Amino acid sequence: MSRALALLRRETALAWGRGGGPLVSVGFYAGVATLLPLAIGPEPARLVAVAPGAAWVALALAALLSLDRLFERDYEDGALDLLVMSPTPLEITCAIKCLGQWIATAAPLALAAPIAAIALGAEPRLAPLIFACALVGGLAFSFVGGIGAALSLGARRGGLLTAVIVLPLFVPPVIFGGGALDAMAGGLPWASGFLLLSAYAAGAMALGPIAMAAACRNALS
Amino acid sequence: MIADLEIGNLALRRGGRLLFQGLELRLKAGEAAALTGRNGAGKTSLLRAIAGLVGLEAGTIGFGDLDPVLARSDHIHLVGHQDGQKPARTVREELDFWTLWTGGTSASAEMAARAFELTPLLDLEVRRLSAGQRRRLALARLLAAPRGLWLLDEPLSPLDADWRARFGAMMAQHLAGGGMIVAAVHDPLPIPAKALEISA
Repeated sequence: MSRALALLRRETALAWGRGGGPLVSVGFYAGVATLLPLAIGPEPARLVAVAPGAAWVALALAALLSLDRLFERDYEDGALDLLVMSPTPLEITCAIKCLGQWIATAAPLALAAPIAAIALGAEPRLAPLIFACALVGGLAFSFVGGIGAALSLGARRGGLLTAVIVLPLFVPPVIFGGGALDAMAGGLPWASGFLLLSAYAAGAMALGPIAMAAACRNALS
Repeated sequence: MIADLEIGNLALRRGGRLLFQGLELRLKAGEAAALTGRNGAGKTSLLRAIAGLVGLEAGTIGFGDLDPVLARSDHIHLVGHQDGQKPARTVREELDFWTLWTGGTSASAEMAARAFELTPLLDLEVRRLSAGQRRRLALARLLAAPRGLWLLDEPLSPLDADWRARFGAMMAQHLAGGGMIVAAVHDPLPIPAKALEISA
């Protein structure tokens, strides 16, 4: 247990410092959220309609930013060898790495998401749901993204490869989360979308580590 | 406790090239082996194969009665060129983490830091260390978390004469306590060791 906690502390600290960490993710997120009204047009009526969805897509993109280095650094400097040589199963190690990533980047993004959505014109009553979707969706993004990061180990320009592998897998959570937000904005029942998003996150947390561990072992051998 | 290393008829292939074949090595508790061979002969690959990190082309690697999975997770230390230390983290953070990860405690990390004279460096970032200091930090794991089999990839190269002698004494002590060492070296090891030349 102390071993797992020590790893979680290390991973969170590393993710905090990786590529500028949460500040860069939040800054990127703010940048995308600012670009949208410039492209779509500033009429409030049009913006209000797209605000929750736009905030949500920007979040998925921001989650991608720091993912590519999740395994790459440990692979390059030999730390992955040592992480493998431990009583802790590699699957658990991978899950803890994703959890650290989530704590350091997804949690700050989840705080920024309602602010960005409201700035775009979303109704403030949506804020709690946007926050919850960002938090749960962030788990899905981290664990699914980890698969892409592990699969692209050793490839040149691994970051781009990670994005190409991972973006199709981001489709379901983006649909579920966006659907829940749309439904709530329209006064419809939104729970099903949120529950589907939670189910996808739970599935990613259960299956993602198995795929990541297999990809890491393959990259090392 | 790991008390046997048996390598039989081993062949390794890296990147489509056959490195060596028919390699035999037997070590018992308290024995060391020094791997020699030209650059690229496969010394590092052999160490990684013993650690279970690369697949075998042919042959076997066994650890006596010990299950290989358990041997590799609990009883083997690997210290290579790539030491896994993050430049932006402090010596203390790295030493504490890798000590806990390999099964030691904070107290044993402190003891190892004293043995390798890392105590005054503990609050420095790893990037500020010299090559020799950095190697001492990587080697400190060996004492911080006791494991029976040490796999060392040119452990002495960045160390100065004084530290070579001191680490030699630590290796001798490890062997005297029933440990085993397999080291890839270019210079002779300061301890008695079976010589094994690796060539195709």
